[in-house]
Amino acid sequence: MSSNEFKGVMVFSENFEILLELLGKGRELADKLQVELSAVLMGHNIDEERGKDLIKHGADKVYIVDNPILEQFNAEPYADVLSKIASEYKPEIILIGATKRGKELAPRVATKLNTGCMTECTKLDIDEERRLVVTRLVYGGSSIATEYSRVKPQIATVSPHTFEKLAPEERKGEIVKFEVEVKEPRTKVVERKKKEIVGERLEEASVIVAGGRGIRSKEDFKLLEELAKVLNGQVGCTRPIAADYGWFTNWIGISGVKIKPKLYIAVGISGAIQHTAGIMDSKIIVAINKDEEAPIFKAADYGIVGDLYKIVPALTEAFKKLLK
Amino acid sequence: MPTIIVPFKQIVDIKEIKVDPSTQTPITVGIPRKISDVDKNALEEAIKIKEKHGGKIIAITVGPPEAKTALRETLAMGVDEAYLLSDPIFEGSDTLATARILAKTIEKLGEFDLIICGEMSLDGLAAQVGPRLAELLDVPQITYVRKVTVEGDKVIAEKDLEEEYEIVEAKMPVLLTVTREINEPRIPSLRDIMKASRKEIKTWTANDIGISKEDVGSEGSAVQILKVTVPKVERKGILVEAETVEEAAEEVVKMILKEGVLRR
Ligand SMILES: Cc1cc2nc3c(=O)[nH]c(=O)nc-3n(C[C@H](O)[C@H](O)[C@H](O)COP(=O)(O)OP(=O)(O)OC[C@H]3O[C@@H](n4cnc5c(N)ncnc54)[C@H](O)[C@@H]3O)c2cc1C
Ligand SMILES: Cc1cc2nc3c(=O)[nH]c(=O)nc-3n(C[C@H](O)[C@H](O)[C@H](O)COP(=O)(O)OP(=O)(O)OC[C@H]3O[C@@H](n4cnc5c(N)ncnc54)[C@H](O)[C@@H]3O)c2cc1C
Repeated sequence: MSSNEFKGVMVFSENFEILLELLGKGRELADKLQVELSAVLMGHNIDEERGKDLIKHGADKVYIVDNPILEQFNAEPYADVLSKIASEYKPEIILIGATKRGKELAPRVATKLNTGCMTECTKLDIDEERRLVVTRLVYGGSSIATEYSRVKPQIATVSPHTFEKLAPEERKGEIVKFEVEVKEPRTKVVERKKKEIVGERLEEASVIVAGGRGIRSKEDFKLLEELAKVLNGQVGCTRPIAADYGWFTNWIGISGVKIKPKLYIAVGISGAIQHTAGIMDSKIIVAINKDEEAPIFKAADYGIVGDLYKIVPALTEAFKKLLK
Repeated sequence: MPTIIVPFKQIVDIKEIKVDPSTQTPITVGIPRKISDVDKNALEEAIKIKEKHGGKIIAITVGPPEAKTALRETLAMGVDEAYLLSDPIFEGSDTLATARILAKTIEKLGEFDLIICGEMSLDGLAAQVGPRLAELLDVPQITYVRKVTVEGDKVIAEKDLEEEYEIVEAKMPVLLTVTREINEPRIPSLRDIMKASRKEIKTWTANDIGISKEDVGSEGSAVQILKVTVPKVERKGILVEAETVEEAAEEVVKMILKEGVLRR
């Protein structure tokens, strides 16, 4: 198949908000290429309004696949359907939201289509040769790779909350019901345990105070909350605090949330590369750690060596006093 | 009794990577190598399942001849058979090509019940090889597994997603990708290491698994790397010292206020 048979930009995410973000970025790429932008919506008993919403947010075409099997995300049927739509309409680019679900979907789709896939891209652009060129983190998060796929469709998963959705406006667009047989998946979800939502959305916070294993109990996070409160900020944590101890829903870093606050205060955090890769875009980084050799100090603008249990309350007081 | 296959990767030790200051590119040759951290969790989980249900564990890796040291380590941990997939034409494989090599290998090895991968490798961070392999072998997958039990011909796994845990059931054969939280990998004893040194490590080339040149290496890969750079960290790195904690705190707060990041 000659590669110029592929035309158009297609976006998909099982998360509607992220799908809107992808339309924002997708619109820019489609305009550069002067091609059509389409979105895929999968589910069961899908509200037509949703399709219209996608058009308002930039889609020229919306493919809707409505099937009881698609009610909840499952990688097998979702990959099957998405690859069939892609085989039918042959987009040159497919963007998929890099949620954990999106990241298990994209490689399966790419394998069905015998093509490449680039994970969790933070920059995406079209070069002179009309290729999709992306950047993504590699080597634990210490380096940035610039790459492309020489096979089409060019598939990329896109870092969530990195691009903005467009303001909705009345636009022309077409909704297409895509009819396809959907096979039952071979895995079954027998139970869902919602995580207690602890911690606000950190992506937009302008001040974040985060704690690591230096903090001995969930209750002790109160110290960080008090400091955050004075600064109108949010509290976050490292992966062990959330994933091992379950004190928070999510964590900051390469496998969690990537943040870009004006001020980041790392408390009792050693500064493993998997963590610091997620805080690189912070304007000012402050570190508190009792170990002078802790790598976090190399990633920080200001540091205090010492016991966090003494330093954090002192910082809270100092901010209270000096912010007046 | 389950046959468990663990595909794992030997990676450069990220902490040891140096930067070429003239080009700001990472230097990855001549750096100590190790088993990718999460792949150790995958190996440990396979061993735990075997301890409970019996069976056999086969570790496989696509890599250069030096990856034998890593295979040796998996044998010391408790793996039964170790295979190195090595061929100069494999060099430069992206996840598509790597998954093809692994799929061909597994087809040659025969029947299996479980494949356990890591959620992602710590160097490439693609998080793709597992799902791609599941697709090529036409088996279901359960990703981001933080807990798993085997019951008869079924697995029940707890999947760690952003906002919830899903308890997922599947009949074997199935492919799992596991997280670092699933277990604490064992450190082999000196005796285990001695015993492992006598075990055989098999090496298979492209010919042995019947894969052609067009499907592997740079030729068989879709993703092309244009450049890799290390972003310059321009942090001030000021350690504030003072007589008392209060003084140090005030000093830091003053510096932060001067930065103007707190103006509302
Ligand atoms: C595939 C993979 C992905 C990962 N992704 C992430 C990720 O996205 N985000 C992430 O955070 N981690 C991630 N990790 C884990 C990462 O490698 C580190 O293990 C983790 O970041 C360490 O967390 P920590 O700093 O809280 O704990 P530790 O490394 O244990 O550090 C605790 C620190 O607290 C200090 N301390 C202790 N007591 C005090 C005190 N009283 N006062 C002051 N300081 C004190 C200690 O000196 C130490 O430096 C990942 C790992 C893997 C394998
Ligand atoms: C700078 C750079 C950027 C790259 N970007 C991309 C990209 O965007 N897309 C792409 O497709 N490739 C990319 N590659 C190639 C990719 O790193 C290799 O194909 C690698 O062999 C597999 O990817 P990974 O290490 O990210 O593994 P992941 O997909 O993250 O690995 C997941 C799991 O698969 C298993 N596994 C992975 N590698 C092996 C192996 N060699 N042998 C046995 N089991 C294994 C392990 O269980 C591992 O835990 C890039 C390479 C470099 C150097």
